[in-house]
Amino acid sequence: MISPKLVEVGRHLNIEILTNAELLSLEGEPGNFKASVHQEPRFVDLAKCTSCGECAKVCPISLPDEYNEGLNDRKAAFKQYPQAIPGAFGISKRSTAPCKATCPAHVSIQGYIALINDGREKEALELFKEAHPFPGICGRVCHHPCEQICTRGDLDEPLAIRELHRYLADWEQQQDEPYIPEIKEKRDEKVAIVGSGPAGLTTAYYLALAGYQVTIFEKLDEPGGMMRVGIPEYRLPRNILATEIGVIEKMGVEIKTGVTFGTDITLDSLKKDGYSAVFMGIGLHGGRKLGVENEDAEGVLQGVDFLRDVAMGKEVEIGEDVLVVGGGNVAIDVALSAKRKGAKNVTLICLEKREEMPAWEHEIEEALEGEIQIVNSFGPKSFFIDKSSKVSGIEFKTCTAVFDEDGRFSPQYDDDACQPFFGDTVIVSIGQSTVLDGIKEAGIETTPPGGIKADPVTLQTSVDWVFAGGDAFYGPKSVVDAVACGKEAAESIHRFINGLDLAEGREKEWEFEKPDISMEAKKARTQVRCLDPEARECNFLEVSFGYNEDEAKTEADRCLRCGICSECYQCVKACLAEAIDHTQQPEDKEITVGSVILSAGTELYDPAELAQFYHYGENPNVMTSLEFERILSASGPTMGHLVRPSDEKEPKKIAWLQCVGSRDTNRCGNGYCSSVCCMYAIKDAMIAKEHSAEELDAAIFYMDIRTFGKDYEKYYERARDKEGVRFVKARVHSIYDDPESRDLILRFADEQGNMVDEAFDMVVLSVGLQAGEGTKQMAERLGIETNHYNFVRTDPFTPVATSRPGVYTCGILQGPKDIPASVTEASAAASAAGAEVAEARDKDTVSFQLPEEIDISGQEPRVGVFVCNCGINIAGVVDVPAVQEYAGTLPGVVFTDNNLFTCSQDTQDKIKEKIQEENLNRVVVASCSPKTHAPMFMETLEACGLNKYLFEMANIRNQDSWVHVNNPDLATEKAKELVRMAVARARTLHPLHERVIPVNKRALILGGGIAGMNAALDLSKQGFESVIVEKEAELGGMARRLHHTIEGADIQAYLGDLVDKVQKDDKVQILTEAEVLGFEGFQGNFVTDIKVNGNGGDRSIDHGVIIVATGASEYRPKEFLYGEDERVVTQVELSERLEKDDAAGLDTVVMIQCVGSRNEENPNCSRICCQSAVKNALAIKKKNPDSQVFVLYRDMRTYGLLEDYYTEARNQGVIFIRFDRDNPPQVVSNGGGLAVKVKDHVLQRDVEIGTDLLALSAGVTASDTGELSNIMKLNRNPEGFFLEAHVKLRPVDMGSEGVFLCGTAHGPKLISETIAQAKGAASRAVTFLAKDEIQLSAIKAQVNVDNCVKCLTCVRSCPFDVPSFNVEKGEIEIDEALCHGCGVCAGVCPRQAIQLRFYEDDQITCKIDALLAGGF
Amino acid sequence: MRLEYPTNVKIILVPCSGKVDVLHLMRAIQKGADGVYVVGCLEGTCHYNEGNYRARERVEHVRTLMEEVGLEPERVRMYNLSSGEGPTFAAYAKEMTENIKELGPNPLKDKG
Repeated sequence: MISPKLVEVGRHLNIEILTNAELLSLEGEPGNFKASVHQEPRFVDLAKCTSCGECAKVCPISLPDEYNEGLNDRKAAFKQYPQAIPGAFGISKRSTAPCKATCPAHVSIQGYIALINDGREKEALELFKEAHPFPGICGRVCHHPCEQICTRGDLDEPLAIRELHRYLADWEQQQDEPYIPEIKEKRDEKVAIVGSGPAGLTTAYYLALAGYQVTIFEKLDEPGGMMRVGIPEYRLPRNILATEIGVIEKMGVEIKTGVTFGTDITLDSLKKDGYSAVFMGIGLHGGRKLGVENEDAEGVLQGVDFLRDVAMGKEVEIGEDVLVVGGGNVAIDVALSAKRKGAKNVTLICLEKREEMPAWEHEIEEALEGEIQIVNSFGPKSFFIDKSSKVSGIEFKTCTAVFDEDGRFSPQYDDDACQPFFGDTVIVSIGQSTVLDGIKEAGIETTPPGGIKADPVTLQTSVDWVFAGGDAFYGPKSVVDAVACGKEAAESIHRFINGLDLAEGREKEWEFEKPDISMEAKKARTQVRCLDPEARECNFLEVSFGYNEDEAKTEADRCLRCGICSECYQCVKACLAEAIDHTQQPEDKEITVGSVILSAGTELYDPAELAQFYHYGENPNVMTSLEFERILSASGPTMGHLVRPSDEKEPKKIAWLQCVGSRDTNRCGNGYCSSVCCMYAIKDAMIAKEHSAEELDAAIFYMDIRTFGKDYEKYYERARDKEGVRFVKARVHSIYDDPESRDLILRFADEQGNMVDEAFDMVVLSVGLQAGEGTKQMAERLGIETNHYNFVRTDPFTPVATSRPGVYTCGILQGPKDIPASVTEASAAASAAGAEVAEARDKDTVSFQLPEEIDISGQEPRVGVFVCNCGINIAGVVDVPAVQEYAGTLPGVVFTDNNLFTCSQDTQDKIKEKIQEENLNRVVVASCSPKTHAPMFMETLEACGLNKYLFEMANIRNQDSWVHVNNPDLATEKAKELVRMAVARARTLHPLHERVIPVNKRALILGGGIAGMNAALDLSKQGFESVIVEKEAELGGMARRLHHTIEGADIQAYLGDLVDKVQKDDKVQILTEAEVLGFEGFQGNFVTDIKVNGNGGDRSIDHGVIIVATGASEYRPKEFLYGEDERVVTQVELSERLEKDDAAGLDTVVMIQCVGSRNEENPNCSRICCQSAVKNALAIKKKNPDSQVFVLYRDMRTYGLLEDYYTEARNQGVIFIRFDRDNPPQVVSNGGGLAVKVKDHVLQRDVEIGTDLLALSAGVTASDTGELSNIMKLNRNPEGFFLEAHVKLRPVDMGSEGVFLCGTAHGPKLISETIAQAKGAASRAVTFLAKDEIQLSAIKAQVNVDNCVKCLTCVRSCPFDVPSFNVEKGEIEIDEALCHGCGVCAGVCPRQAIQLRFYEDDQITCKIDALLAGGF
Repeated sequence: MRLEYPTNVKIILVPCSGKVDVLHLMRAIQKGADGVYVVGCLEGTCHYNEGNYRARERVEHVRTLMEEVGLEPERVRMYNLSSGEGPTFAAYAKEMTENIKELGPNPLKDKG
């Protein structure tokens, strides 16, 4: 239902939509505000997205679908619902996930984990390799800072992130071929890389990816740097290293080993060989010395040398007792390697305490498992040597502190506390250094500690074409740091070669946000299977086995999806329209506006806080009403199949509990009535009964049924009397959850006061509306007042104005209300806001300018057919080239094309170009739904001068590829047939012209009450004249008899002021004692004859629109002795009396509700009488606190915030007694006394109340407008209230164009509601009056008078009474301005004398013929 | 919603089901369509007030005519649904197709 409105807003030239946005602040004054708006990114370009949905298909992240109240899942890439406007998809992203933000290489960790979880290893591996070339290497050796930050670690244990990408590399090993990233474009420039460690290899990888010619020069005989010669094989198997380096070679990188920089090559030689840039990644391949006595003795080895020799398979001689000096990872690798090389006892001695050791904990543990003895807090003093000068041990001194107060390395020793350690081999492993041979000679500056000097961001050295990175630049770090550095180096070199700024935009802050995990369940980390410690001895077999597929998925499933979107970028690949942009950032905008409308809505009450009572959240068969509506919806999670969640069986009994989160000051504090729940519960109960295969018992448990809206009472009666919905007046005392059946047992007191237990299959909670914390905060930010329930505060006489001038509100942000009231208020707010910016109309707004139309008369059809691929939406099923080829064979077709997205801007331009080049005079687009896309294509035709009605669509997507996905051959055939039909029709089309009619810019307002006067004033503020026609001698209408609103506002003061303003307004002409005599014309051009008694004669008024505001009056009761006994009065009369006198003599007052309402004669509820009774009861109590006031009612209908007054009245001691319609009160007047007899439901007996006064809450009766409605052809309901065009969507429009409706002429309502509706009517009228002319649709019925036999069938058939017989001409006439274009007349005409343009008979039958005959 | 339904259903767009003429329905049968059905809005919700009632009348009329000339009236039908009822649309398309399949080909096929 909302769809057309959405489309209209979406396509409107002067409406800009900012989604994901929040108004932060508002500076300035009415007419000139500066609004600060914060907008979160959507990550999808609205202009490019074609809404094809491919992104959602490939998205691996599922999350609860808010639109379906979390009853099913949606993807992180999603569209909220099919009709959503803007139509583009969006991506839910909290932030980049903590793991990715923390990873030095910024691998999309959550992404590959999600893809593993989804069984997409290939995509996961490719994703990893976008950010990092070594999944297998880092899968074994990474120190994984990502795991330290993993949110799962805050709950139980972090995810085994490293093992998961190792799993990917292992998976790759099992494939026939490794994945080689694709190189898009080769380039000629050459880059030299010195050193083949992880930094050099990564730089090479990314430069090769960018197309450069890369050569790596390696000093050693094998590539890999420290990965090859520093990390022992048992930790990093050589085949893994070889595979991942092999990939880089396959990408075209040449690796030259055994080449030493400084001797074999120099910068000069490289330059000479044509290299454009050099990267130095030479690592730390020298050991640091201790600098103590006898360090050069035989048997003392350097750790890095030892590891290198072991790794390169050289013979290394070590003894049985090995001492390792050092506490870092290298020292541990050395110790474990020594053990594997045959040492019996290995002792590792370091300066640091156990907890201070720089080695990673898991490595230390592995050392302990390998029986390495670790000795802490000792520093070497001197080496012992034996007689042959061979080392035999070390003297150690106690280290008292390693770091100074600032945490700097500054060891302190106690020289007196020494201890000797003995061994035949000592391996010193206390640090590494760069071997700078040839570097200084090349003129490259170095740093004092002995590294290469370079810019920390750009990595550029003192020689501009030389860049440096890796350990040689920043000191010893992990492989992943080298990868991160290599990526940056590649970027710098690319920029350098292309002459771009090296530094611009390089420093990125990686921020992240963690999700709330309070509701998450714990899941144990999947352990990795490892080689037993005994099996590791004397070999270099890999210790860890890694995960198998099941283990990997189990582990991947532990991911908490911190970022929501995992940044796996599958959507980017899937989106052929290139609409996805993960780099979008939040934006803060400042917008200049003249006025502001707040229509932010509210939220539903969340019954979770009363779970103990309702079992909501505990028993799935207890749902909120909105959840239940989604279950009923054909597009909902069960596709409209009514089943209860616990066992998916169809329920046989459902209970609705009313007033959950409303009218409840005790438990939730929401004292108001939510106004909408009674109606929606009745509606849902009826729909549920309709959806049930078997008879459904639908029971609504209520306090008062509040069906107070126009014609709502009739709906309630239908539900109760015809559809069998059961209404149980009871507040449920308690609910029991049957743990086995999951049924719910309701305990309540029935009308006789007996406790009853009744079981139901489901319980629906009719939850109310509430203004949340967000509303309050927004109000505070903008400086507007809220009421005690946090709804935006307005006053009775300014119902859409907030406390801040120029800021207006509408809908439930202001208080609970239904859709008609919200839509009415929306128009009212538009009127108020429009008045502030009326001057800008036609100046700051945009309109279309069209070129002159191409004359195609006399031309043969030249049809152009554009077949859309819709990305793969159509092309994935239908053979689009075949359809295009087929289209080319069809008669009249002179041009065909197929387009990736026919709706994209560039294709639109192409269509225009082809229309001109090929002289096309008909256009067929074979793509999607004309409902959404035809207007756009028709505009394209218009924009290049072709009449827009020369256009036809074939829907080969929604009606073909989408619904025949498993039948591609038949779908292709069907596409051809649809195109054949479309071409056949296109050939029959001819240009149509939309009639333009001028608009008379004056309004005629019928009725001079509050509604009419407000409408006139609002029109005047927007610059339009109006004429008020009032039948009485004075303005004011019914309001003249009213004094105060229930809030206490002074109606007479307001009315006086209003009359004064209207009388002084020179744009408003007032005719009193006037009535309508005659009427003719159509929208924009009406002529009304008015008979005026007071102002001198009759006149004829030209006007463009009509506003009907003829009002209503109080029912004059025929019952309860009214008119017979003067002590029986109506509420209006009572309030008049209370206004004049005090309440003296009124010791007892009885009021009877629903007098003249909700009965046979007038089945409607009069909406306002309950509040009138409460208002007067409170007034009596105020004036005479000792008085007794009884209100006899059927249902108290103090809806919305009026409920507060009802509560107040009960607190004041007003007694409310309920009676049944079938058993109304009896009134007796005998002698001096007046008494009322009524059956009290609580006491279950009749009571008689002697009273001083009986006030009848007489209903609202429509004014006598029978004659007026005849003259002006205005439709009324059986009770005489005028009918709106559409109850919900067009509540102030009438069925005929240009006629609007407001006030009690439409139905009973409060003054505040009347004012809102009057402003709304003015607003709708302005949409007409603001135009100089109206363009009518060309799709109208047309009579061929030569064929017509004047049988008058059309006159009788038209639902709008448009065709008429012109007696003078003797012809049937159909006024284009009045015709709605439905075609009913054309269908009934026995001689086909009437044709509906654009749908003429041959334009339909040609399609039938083309389909069935297969030809023309 | 992309719900599958038989490929033999092809849709002809009209502004309102009230525009569908008896002649259009007859033409389809005459030209050899095995079946033809009109899909209108739910009764009582016609944008033009009563178009779908008229369509139903005409469909009924065509069914009578079909019977008179010895054709199965089941080949012509009226369905009502709202635009939000994709699953129902697909169900009707299937139902219609299955019914027509039971009846066999339109005897007028290749004679029109």
